[in-house]
Amino acid sequence: MSDPTPLRGYRKPYPGSQPPRIHLPYASTALRGPGTDPIAIPVTLSEVTGPSINRITLGEHAADLTAGFPGQPQGERIIVSGRVLDENGRPVRNTVVEVWQCNAAGRYLHKGDQHDAPLDPNFKGTGQVLTDSEGRYRFTTIKPGAYPWRNHYNAWRPAHIHFSLHGEGIGQRLVTQMYFPNDPLLAFDPIYNCVDDAKARERMVSSFDWENTANEFALGYRFDIVLRGRKMTVWE
Amino acid sequence: MSFQSTPWQTVGPYYRLGLEPLYRTDIAPAIAQGERVEVQGQVFDGNGVPVSDAVLEIWQADAQGIYAHGEDPRRDDHDPAFDGWGRVPTDDQGRFAFTTVKPGRVPGLRGEPQAPHLVVLVFMRGLLQATRARIYFSDEASNAEDGILALVPAERRHTLVAQAQGKGLYHWDVRMQGPDETVFFAY
Repeated sequence: MSDPTPLRGYRKPYPGSQPPRIHLPYASTALRGPGTDPIAIPVTLSEVTGPSINRITLGEHAADLTAGFPGQPQGERIIVSGRVLDENGRPVRNTVVEVWQCNAAGRYLHKGDQHDAPLDPNFKGTGQVLTDSEGRYRFTTIKPGAYPWRNHYNAWRPAHIHFSLHGEGIGQRLVTQMYFPNDPLLAFDPIYNCVDDAKARERMVSSFDWENTANEFALGYRFDIVLRGRKMTVWE
Repeated sequence: MSFQSTPWQTVGPYYRLGLEPLYRTDIAPAIAQGERVEVQGQVFDGNGVPVSDAVLEIWQADAQGIYAHGEDPRRDDHDPAFDGWGRVPTDDQGRFAFTTVKPGRVPGLRGEPQAPHLVVLVFMRGLLQATRARIYFSDEASNAEDGILALVPAERRHTLVAQAQGKGLYHWDVRMQGPDETVFFAY
């Protein structure tokens, strides 16, 4: 059998554009980040394939985190939308976007969250949406609050929404956080600042979106997400 | 035109809210073809303390070594009852368990068959990007000729091999640091 054409690998991240294994200002990384660098391997079918989690049954209110409860959640209603692309500019179609967040007061509906802020009986903070044929997604929620954590004295997380994406192959998997523009807490947050490159960090900050702001209903925020792309040729 | 990828961030302590709807620890439905296996293990941090808030994601080929994915040239022969993906949380002792079918051999770097393996991604608070490992099976002679295992220093290969306990049960632990740190891959 002659050698088959090798598979095209993924583009390497630009230096400083992704977090390191361990970032000591974020204390939990000290014992949980890997102790040694990963071993670089060429891709096989196992690395370029991945699940197609687009056949899941999305709940009735999965794209509207403010619905499905007896009343309206407390807080500022917002519409978050954007596109999911890869590094080659191709839209990532029909891929599930999982999101989760705290409520407007900065409290998660989670037994581990002991922050002394009120829970909201009308808000759970979890949603799932699918991208469309052009990679677009959109959901309605309320703006999450900032909250304290115990990483260091007077530590506060900037408002954020967690995003989980799968892409078309396991190498594209991404979990990230979306932040809000002009948040003064960003400068002090060791999780946001675990990414060395300032331009890369800014890709995690949404922008105010006048186009998708809905009259007498909700402000819009735009958050475009770029998953890793494959090389254009094997030898690139 | 090219773009740069969005940075990773930790899943944090409250990921259960967002990820639990797709938890799946029985990866293979009853009608899936192949040898049924269960993999059990524990996740440990750098002090050897069990990690009670970790999630593993599993990706694998079917019993014939075919992926449910458009890039697999043999996809038309894929077992339609099996999609090969699971999401498995740890419990308060850092333990996890999942059931599936043992994957077949998929083509490797030069088309030669790889040893049966699962692709594993590990997520937890305090981990800034998911780590990527593989699970091989200790009772597979083909491990000795696997092209990816061959890239791992011999003294570390055991960290990727689930140990057969009999009756289709395998044991595989994840160690984030230390002398037996699990081998993680970049690609």
